[in-house]
Amino acid sequence: MTGGYDDRGNRDVSIANPAGGSAAHPVPAGGRAQPAPGGPFLIGEAMTGGYGRGADILHACTIAVERGEIAVIVGPNGAGKSTAMKAMFGMLDLRAGTVRLDGEDITAISPQARVREGMGFVPQTQNIFASMTVEENLEMGAFVRRDDFRDTMAQVYDLFPVLKEKRRQPAGELSGGQRQQVAVGRALMTRPKVLLLDEPTAGVSPIVMDELFDRIVEVARTGLPVLMVEQNARQALEIADKAYVLVQGANAHTGTGRALLHDPQVRRSFLGG
Amino acid sequence: MRTLALFALVAALILGTGVLQSWNSALIILNMGLVSAIMALGVNLQWGLAGLFNVGVMGFVALGGLAVVLTSTAPVPQAWTAGGARIIAALILGAASITLGAVAWRTLHRGRRGLAVAVIAVLGFVAFRWVLDPAVEAVEAVNPAATGYLGGLGLPVLLAWPVGGLLAAGVAWVIGKTALGLRSDYLAIATLGIAEIVIAVLKNEDWLARGVKNVIGLPRPLPYEIDLQGSPVFAGRADALGLDVTTASTLYVKLGYSVLFSAVLIAVLVLAQLALTSPWGRMMRAIRDNEEAAEAMGKDVTARHLQVFILGSVLCGIAGAMMTTLDGQLTPSSYQPLRYTFLIWVMVILGGSGNNLGAVLGGFLVWFLWVQVEPIGQWVMQIATSGMAAESALRVHLLESVQHMRLLTMGIILLVVLRFAPRGLLPEK
Amino acid sequence: MDLLNALVALANFVLIPALAYGSQLALGALGVTLIYAVLRFSNFAHGDTMAIGTMVTILATWALQSLGVSLGPLPTALLAIPFGIAGAAVLLLLTDRVVYRFYRAQKAKPVILVIVSMGVMFIYNGMTRFIIGPDDQSFADGERFLISARDFKAWSGLDEGLALKSTQAITVVTAIIVVAIVFWFLTHTRTGKSMRAYSDNEDLALLSGISPETVVRVTWIIVAALAVVAGTLYGLDKSYKPFTYFQLLLPIFASAIVGGIGSPVGAIAGGFVIAFSEVLFTYAWKKVLGYLLPETLQPDGLVQLLSTDYKFAVSFVILIIVLLFRPTGLFRGKSV
Repeated sequence: MTGGYDDRGNRDVSIANPAGGSAAHPVPAGGRAQPAPGGPFLIGEAMTGGYGRGADILHACTIAVERGEIAVIVGPNGAGKSTAMKAMFGMLDLRAGTVRLDGEDITAISPQARVREGMGFVPQTQNIFASMTVEENLEMGAFVRRDDFRDTMAQVYDLFPVLKEKRRQPAGELSGGQRQQVAVGRALMTRPKVLLLDEPTAGVSPIVMDELFDRIVEVARTGLPVLMVEQNARQALEIADKAYVLVQGANAHTGTGRALLHDPQVRRSFLGG
Repeated sequence: MRTLALFALVAALILGTGVLQSWNSALIILNMGLVSAIMALGVNLQWGLAGLFNVGVMGFVALGGLAVVLTSTAPVPQAWTAGGARIIAALILGAASITLGAVAWRTLHRGRRGLAVAVIAVLGFVAFRWVLDPAVEAVEAVNPAATGYLGGLGLPVLLAWPVGGLLAAGVAWVIGKTALGLRSDYLAIATLGIAEIVIAVLKNEDWLARGVKNVIGLPRPLPYEIDLQGSPVFAGRADALGLDVTTASTLYVKLGYSVLFSAVLIAVLVLAQLALTSPWGRMMRAIRDNEEAAEAMGKDVTARHLQVFILGSVLCGIAGAMMTTLDGQLTPSSYQPLRYTFLIWVMVILGGSGNNLGAVLGGFLVWFLWVQVEPIGQWVMQIATSGMAAESALRVHLLESVQHMRLLTMGIILLVVLRFAPRGLLPEK
Repeated sequence: MDLLNALVALANFVLIPALAYGSQLALGALGVTLIYAVLRFSNFAHGDTMAIGTMVTILATWALQSLGVSLGPLPTALLAIPFGIAGAAVLLLLTDRVVYRFYRAQKAKPVILVIVSMGVMFIYNGMTRFIIGPDDQSFADGERFLISARDFKAWSGLDEGLALKSTQAITVVTAIIVVAIVFWFLTHTRTGKSMRAYSDNEDLALLSGISPETVVRVTWIIVAALAVVAGTLYGLDKSYKPFTYFQLLLPIFASAIVGGIGSPVGAIAGGFVIAFSEVLFTYAWKKVLGYLLPETLQPDGLVQLLSTDYKFAVSFVILIIVLLFRPTGLFRGKSV
């Protein structure tokens, strides 16, 4: 037992609300963005770190995305794929390495500040406001914007027509694929400079997965760089301009999606032949 | 070391009261401190060991009080002939219809059982009242000024202590079965409700324990002061100690209670310590620290929680019976949640959740403050307002309001402890 | 005629009082449920928040009365409510700043906040008693009745009178207005929606740029308003005694849980369910049945199902029944 503020295993819902609380590991806020011209559009360079004081999960891992590209992170289970993405979003304590976005060093700033700097992040789970309508979800995505965001909402509806149909429905009542569309749509509402997707196809059927991939390609075509963590490596590599294979928190292979798809070593070690 | 020092502090505070105020006050604080420590041990068992949130301590304490009346007072034969059998019959009928309803709920088909249970409940309630009401009227009419109730069993009052524990156990079982057996726990609200109901029953059911007419002059396990004063042997001994007989007799009786209560506290504490270090205690802590893992290992978490909830409530019941024995009377209107539920929580948190010695320490310390804050506040306020005119309205108001300082003090203690020493004075190891 | 008389008696002794009491409980439960949804704990200090806020209203009422200000037929207390709300809001925000905020930063579990709220309860309780004392205070003025029993009898020619106390009418009307404003705020304003978003999914709300501290502050201010309005209406309708407010905690919690804790609509529904059951079970039905039943079937006793002291038992039994049949409450709760 550490601290004194744990709940001693209490699960009494008549006094404590178990739903919706923060599960995130707190990262101290503070610091500010520093100009750092040159280099790729978004890069996490030589990132080393883990959660809190725990052991390092990433070891000098580098991930980068250029303008107009789709970059994917693939790798076996437990390779630190999601962790690498969270590190770029500021949800990890980095002991070494830097994160730079559009000519600015953002290593020291909190995830919330990174949203304001132009990062759109779609978490793997709990990525929608389930009790609120689709439209309210999009409005909350645009919370930091004080200007008129109706055109952005129209763009999102154009991209995901089914959401327009269901805009008055609580997002929690939608199907798995539609929820992911809401989640991506919510992140697009800030008009981000780069979109980070953490396993957007987790738990959806193959047909829905193909459709989601199509949408993501469509998003990227509008000029928005996309960085994506994906479990379904083959499909992901097919659409990727650049791909990173991570093994045990370190870069194992890097190249274009097509090149890795045909790399015999990558195929053998983890695409299953 | 820390433990020893803090207990020495408590001893010094109580001895200090004896020297500065009177030994009588010191013993009063000591006795209620002993009782409070047992209550705190009960809550600590539930919260410290299992994370169960009981905000109905008052109800279990009051059940202990009821046990004293039911066990030790003399039966009222006229009342029994007037309606005793009928009341018993009504109670059996009530219990039977609840059982029948529960059985119907379990066995009947989904579609119809709602209606069936409703019908059973309505008919059961009507029948219960039809049997009960005339009997109650008859019993309460028997010499209402002195009795008007069925009386007790006329057994030795010390027996009432375990009986208090049993009553509390019964009620705790019913609450636990319901509130811990649902999809999620609803224990806090359930205990909050049942405590109010127990008090409502005590206040209303005159046939049971005279309601708000109170039961006074409960039997005692110790001699009466007046008898001691009449005894030449006692007077001689008091003389030898250089005390006057009246003082000596009150001190003797209070010391007697201290000895009895200490014996109970030590026994309970030893058992609680043994439980904590036993395989059972280790399992409880394993459940508390990682419920999923414990469940995966095949532990029935709900059943264990029910167990520990009942055990903790039993301690509150025993302590309640001891307290009523000490008071010599049962006054239902004196049971207030701030004093009998939330104050016990302050004791547990201050002492250290999960540490039995901490709970005992918290019991003594908080009780001491609860009693002494008022005179201290009075004294402080006298000095603070001494610059004002004697008849100034503000001064009069401030001096009159000093009695409410103890609530403020308890709140501040709780908040300060939670902020700066959340694990209490004696943290759990 | 007898049927009409029975209906009037029913309205007079059951429907109107239950409607007023239900409105008061609903406002109280709405406050509890908002704290549960946003701050994720049940606030044991809520009854005492009502008591202390109402105390400020009462002091302001007395001040206004001594200045000769009045609302004519309406109670002066209505004018004093804004002062009460301001006082309670300042107190709650100060408490949050000094007490609760620390535990949020520590990511303390909600149960710890419940224990913290016990400490706050002690302090508010002590403060109220310290300032205004533990006794009954009367602060109602203005017209006592909207419809008096005698006027009603003369007008309708019935044996049974129907009295509508102005405080009852004010209670219901005020409650409707306040609830409408709160719901409009939650569903139509940017801040209200951000409160719901924060309640639904704290991490995602952070990612959307919603400031938790703003959400928490707004919540406390709304809670202050709800608590003071509920407390003042209760005090006007019945009487003001700090201990009674502390005791309201059980029916208020019961209302919130019966409705589905965390659900604002549920809190309102729960308030009325609890109020109506309390009144129905503790009302002596002799009068109403006297009009309805033939002479031979006239009841001898009061036909009171339970003595009024058991009203807590009624809340509690309703609560248990709802939980057994529908563990999430009437309106699935746990988030706004």
